[in-house]
Amino acid sequence: MTLTLALQLCSVFGITSLLAFGGGNAVIPAFERLTVEVYHWLTPQQFTDSFAIAQAAPGPSTLIVSLLGYRAAGVWGALIATAAMVVPTGLIVYGIAKVWDKGHGEKPFRHAFQDGLAPITVGLILAGGVIVARHAESNWIQVALTVAATLVLCATKINPLIVAISCGVIGYVVSA
Amino acid sequence: MTPNSSTSEALAPGVDTPGVDTPGVNEAATATPEEVDAPKRIASTWEIARTFNEISLSSFGGGLSAWSREMVVARRKWMDDPEFLSALTICRILPGANQVNMAVFVGTKLNGIRGAGAALAGLIAMPTVLLMGIAALYAAFQHSHAVQHVLSGFAAAAVAMTFQMVWKTGRTTLTSIVPLLLFAATFVLSGLLRWPLWCTLLITAPFGIAWAWRRAHRRDAARAAS
Repeated sequence: MTLTLALQLCSVFGITSLLAFGGGNAVIPAFERLTVEVYHWLTPQQFTDSFAIAQAAPGPSTLIVSLLGYRAAGVWGALIATAAMVVPTGLIVYGIAKVWDKGHGEKPFRHAFQDGLAPITVGLILAGGVIVARHAESNWIQVALTVAATLVLCATKINPLIVAISCGVIGYVVSA
Repeated sequence: MTPNSSTSEALAPGVDTPGVDTPGVNEAATATPEEVDAPKRIASTWEIARTFNEISLSSFGGGLSAWSREMVVARRKWMDDPEFLSALTICRILPGANQVNMAVFVGTKLNGIRGAGAALAGLIAMPTVLLMGIAALYAAFQHSHAVQHVLSGFAAAAVAMTFQMVWKTGRTTLTSIVPLLLFAATFVLSGLLRWPLWCTLLITAPFGIAWAWRRAHRRDAARAAS
């Protein structure tokens, strides 16, 4: 791996992580733009597959960065991408955790920040879902499966793992 | 998968999103008085790493926060519920993946920088290795039709989980015209026009924060007047 590539990985995942207000899923649109459209590390289909794998695998779904880094530069790419994603923000949290105490908990700006960013985060998460859905093979089975799974998840309290496995099986059986 | 069904139900939905104080989360704070007493504060780095490894490997999708609470509050008694929930809120506000932030926060409280490192390593080491194995398999088999079809099914489920999160968090946050407009503008800029994240946030975040700030002040004024 070249130094340039290592620096690109650091900047893509390190800088994006610092803008990840609202958790990992809010930066899916940014990851897609940078890794697929700007740097061409993955095809759109590979990005969608990575998203699906990271959601289905155990652990935080933000570890999609390991898969994206792996596509860019193998095992070292995965390690650099993962470190760039968690270390800078980890240091910030460490600093905050050190100084935080209950007296600081009710500052009005904290609430304004939190409440004001909430609708924006919901918009970013929807954008991520739509971007990934558009990349997926757009046949009617895929669309129907997505709609059905969404309805089941919203209407019931079913374990999402059951939905994921069912969708995998249906995808296999119907298309085979 | 889902320990302690009532509390995990309350915590699981929407926990990866900031600023969504769902009623369920508040219920969890009061619903389990037997778990609140005497949180203990010191743990070895090994114990911290092992605990977060267990949390990470036994959770899936949106269940991570529920498992974190089960382990950190109920089993290890490292924190009480109000402390855990306020830490979760802080971690949602700060940039970065919420679960990663939460692990670092809890680890720091327990054992300083070493605790933070142990929690982080425990949370991500095994899943990262696992994902690299999957990535290697994927590279070898991605053109197989069977793999493509199973993955397209998984993709449908993953997108559905994302939409479910939008539905759950949207219902509690998009309650008036201003947040709805902010939500729609963010979606159009990021999802349709494909603006970079920092441009999108530069446009929408100041409006959002100013709106929430003014709303809080108006509420305070109304309370003072009555």
